Amino acid sequence: MTTRWFGAPVQRVEDDRLLRGHGRFTDDIDEGALECCFVRSPYAHARITAIDVTAAREMPGVVAVYTAADLPFGDTDLPLLIPHPNLTHGRTQRCLASDVVRYSGEAVAFIVAESRAQAEDAADAVQVEYDPLPVVITPEAGAQAEHLVHDDVPGNVAAELVQEVGDVAAALKAAPHTMRRTFRFERGAAAPMEGRAVWARWDGREHKLLVYDSTQSPTSIRGGLAVLFGLRESDVEVVAPDVGGGFGPKIMLFYPDELLVPFAAMQLGRPVKWTEDRQEHFTAVNQERGQVHDVEWGFDDEGHILALDDDFIHDGGAYTPYGIILPIITAAQVPGPYRIPNYRVRFRDIYTNAIPTSPYRGAGRPHACFVMERVLDTVSDVTGVDRDEVRRRNFIQPDEFPYEVGVVWQDGNIVLYDSGNYPRLFERALEMLGPRPEGDNIGRGIAVYVEGTGVGPYEGAHVQVLVSGKVVAATGIPNQGQAHATVWAQIIADELGINVADVEVTSGDTRRLPWGVGTFASRSAVTAGNAMYVAARMVADKAKSIAADHLEADPEDLELVDGQVRVKGSPERGMPLAAVAVLSNPVRYAFGGGTEAATQFAAKPRPGPPLAVGEQPGLEATGYYSPPGSTWASGCHAAYVRLDPKTFRLEILKYVVVHDCGRVINPLVLQGQIEGGVAQGIGGAFYERLAYDADGQLRNASFMEFLIPYATEIPPIEIDHFETPSPLNPLGVKGAGEAGVIPVGAVLASAIEEAIGVPVTEMPQSPLKLYEAALATAKSGLSGIRRLKNPDSPDYPRVSPS
Amino acid sequence: MKVNGVDHPAPSDARRLLSDHLRHDLGLTGTHVGCEHGVCGCCTVLLDGAPVRSCLMLAVQAEGHEVTTVEGLARDDEPLHPVQQAFHECHGLQCGFCTPGFVMSVVGLLAQHPQPTSQQVEEGIAGNLCRCTGYASIRRAVNRAVELKGK
Repeated sequence: MTTRWFGAPVQRVEDDRLLRGHGRFTDDIDEGALECCFVRSPYAHARITAIDVTAAREMPGVVAVYTAADLPFGDTDLPLLIPHPNLTHGRTQRCLASDVVRYSGEAVAFIVAESRAQAEDAADAVQVEYDPLPVVITPEAGAQAEHLVHDDVPGNVAAELVQEVGDVAAALKAAPHTMRRTFRFERGAAAPMEGRAVWARWDGREHKLLVYDSTQSPTSIRGGLAVLFGLRESDVEVVAPDVGGGFGPKIMLFYPDELLVPFAAMQLGRPVKWTEDRQEHFTAVNQERGQVHDVEWGFDDEGHILALDDDFIHDGGAYTPYGIILPIITAAQVPGPYRIPNYRVRFRDIYTNAIPTSPYRGAGRPHACFVMERVLDTVSDVTGVDRDEVRRRNFIQPDEFPYEVGVVWQDGNIVLYDSGNYPRLFERALEMLGPRPEGDNIGRGIAVYVEGTGVGPYEGAHVQVLVSGKVVAATGIPNQGQAHATVWAQIIADELGINVADVEVTSGDTRRLPWGVGTFASRSAVTAGNAMYVAARMVADKAKSIAADHLEADPEDLELVDGQVRVKGSPERGMPLAAVAVLSNPVRYAFGGGTEAATQFAAKPRPGPPLAVGEQPGLEATGYYSPPGSTWASGCHAAYVRLDPKTFRLEILKYVVVHDCGRVINPLVLQGQIEGGVAQGIGGAFYERLAYDADGQLRNASFMEFLIPYATEIPPIEIDHFETPSPLNPLGVKGAGEAGVIPVGAVLASAIEEAIGVPVTEMPQSPLKLYEAALATAKSGLSGIRRLKNPDSPDYPRVSPS
Repeated sequence: MKVNGVDHPAPSDARRLLSDHLRHDLGLTGTHVGCEHGVCGCCTVLLDGAPVRSCLMLAVQAEGHEVTTVEGLARDDEPLHPVQQAFHECHGLQCGFCTPGFVMSVVGLLAQHPQPTSQQVEEGIAGNLCRCTGYASIRRAVNRAVELKGK
């Protein structure tokens, strides 16, 4: 029996060069490139009345200064990536603004110089005159529409969508209890450690444009650049080299630099590079999560949810390049693992004078989970049915799959959960969490979530056995740390009967595989993973077919084991995969071990041409996988926290995760994804806050003040997995990239509320916010900052039904 | 200044940061730049054996000092340094961008405390940001590095 790689904790194959400092990130690529910087709007909303770049053009080292007037595509609106019929008022920005700027940080001019310092010096010399306009910064202000972000968008409403399952009005009317609350989630920033960067070189003799881009979708960048510049797609190659974290914002395209850097390289005939600085990352890279939910729900004395009516606004930011995917995901994910017989959801995507929004790890889901779990906690408070029991009574049961939720999913299909076992997740999490620690001001939080993962349309993979016997593989989607090279190698190694160390994977390089979609939406393992499986199977079949002639056996009787193609049950009758690779090409090769091995298997004469009709040379194949629908992963997080009653410092005493993403390819990699996701969730729930002022200025655009947790803030996390395989794909896998982050806000809200008796209806929280809320709660007659030893005690604040 | 044991002339541009000098003048791109204001720690190098932020120093300030970057820990034909090896074994890195900074911080930590307490480990890595791992695997890597160095 040979090793089964799938499922094994294989150590990463990509580590060595990253650890030695030989990683290749976009800013590491130089080749004498010119450097650039932007002039960005200091106003969140203003009319540009004049731009004067004459002085800047005369500055030392300056090679070019571009404004919209200098660009052949200056009047072109950037693409709206995902149109939707309900996005009736979609708007996108232009590469460089020349008329109105709608967020602080919007690009106005672009400077290319011999060095970055010279470009920045010249930026100071660009004169832009602005006529400030009223600013709309919160989604609530956007919805009130006292001022408009776009003159021609009434009410600041980009899109509105209403969906209903059952009869919510009737169910609410008939329900023994109803409640209504507003829940608020603020914007957050993904903040990967590597900011964005683009490098480009135009080779006029070869008529080739080569672009390195710290992107999550090089194939889409390539297609867009080819159209914009009037080139054949084969004249444009885009590579996402090592990417220092993505977490969503790098799937957005096109950022202005992604057009301007290649354009300048073509114009100037020299390589050009732009690397974002950290402040720019805060003011010019997409953000997410701003939503305000007005929710009414009905329930019975036993804690069963009878109806839920969620009317929410989504902070779209100044433009909608990414369509309305985020509120669509939220609307679909609010019910989560719970049976909601009557569900109505209406959302409005609202323009504000802030950076556009597009997915950030979790993408619409953390807010949805927060709303649902907060609802369940209040149902418990009112009915007296404990928080665990309320959840048990509302879970979708394991025998109810496939389960149709009835609202639309991001791929246009109706949400259909493929498999899962939510009660099992929940009971296991409770078991792991164990008894409540001794002490005061301790709270317990628990939340269960589902995550639609592995969305289509497709991914592809190319797998080739070289004559050396080594295997190379490529996929169009790039890697930002998810260990693609390792997990793809595991899948291929199993199908070809070889060692993981003999597989070399290239990700996100259109020169190796020009087709693909991108790394986002927890989709890589499902889409690209299954594509690797499909391609590797095609190669294995081809190897058997070629070897069958020489081993005088039926292909059905052959197996691929230990680098050999051999007859099942007769291991002595076999040939090396390397030799099959040689035989796969009727021309043959003069060098290489595979050649020697193949000579004893001289091609046997057979009728017809050396390559029969339909046959292709080479032991290689390109395979694609397109999922029939999303697979639905799920999980349960639970925690004990302690809050200092004076300082409101948060201490997470214990944090447990039970997770189900179907078949696990590599438990080490999965553990890393979960641990990292939870840490990002903790940051987003309690430390990181984007502090915009009324003028739309981000007041904390630096790591000094936007507090990403250090190790000191992140507790050890205990994780358990079980596997409910997806019936939708051959590998039985579901996505896991975003899972860790989704329920953290809900868990901490519940735990904090229980710890100090202050209602938590907003995210993120902070010591100051809790202090203020505790004061307000104390004044309102609830217990406030006085401790509550036990939520079962009679003085625990009960919120009465509305 | 001496970088990874090799003498280099001073940079000609007085406003050149040490991080930019290492990356763009000397081609030592293993030192990364994540924030340029001394918070993230991606640019951590050793200056005379102690961890420093190379983005908060001008290159000319390193004159007369010895700088060690991640490339200086093990030659390409040598096995990984024990700290690097420990990060590999413990899945202590994902995207790899913050990694050189963490590795240099941990090398500095273990030079000062060869058998660090858990509190010292926590403090030793608390000056570096990682957005991928959630730090658990990095803590494990530090403990593993202590074991490997002891062998």
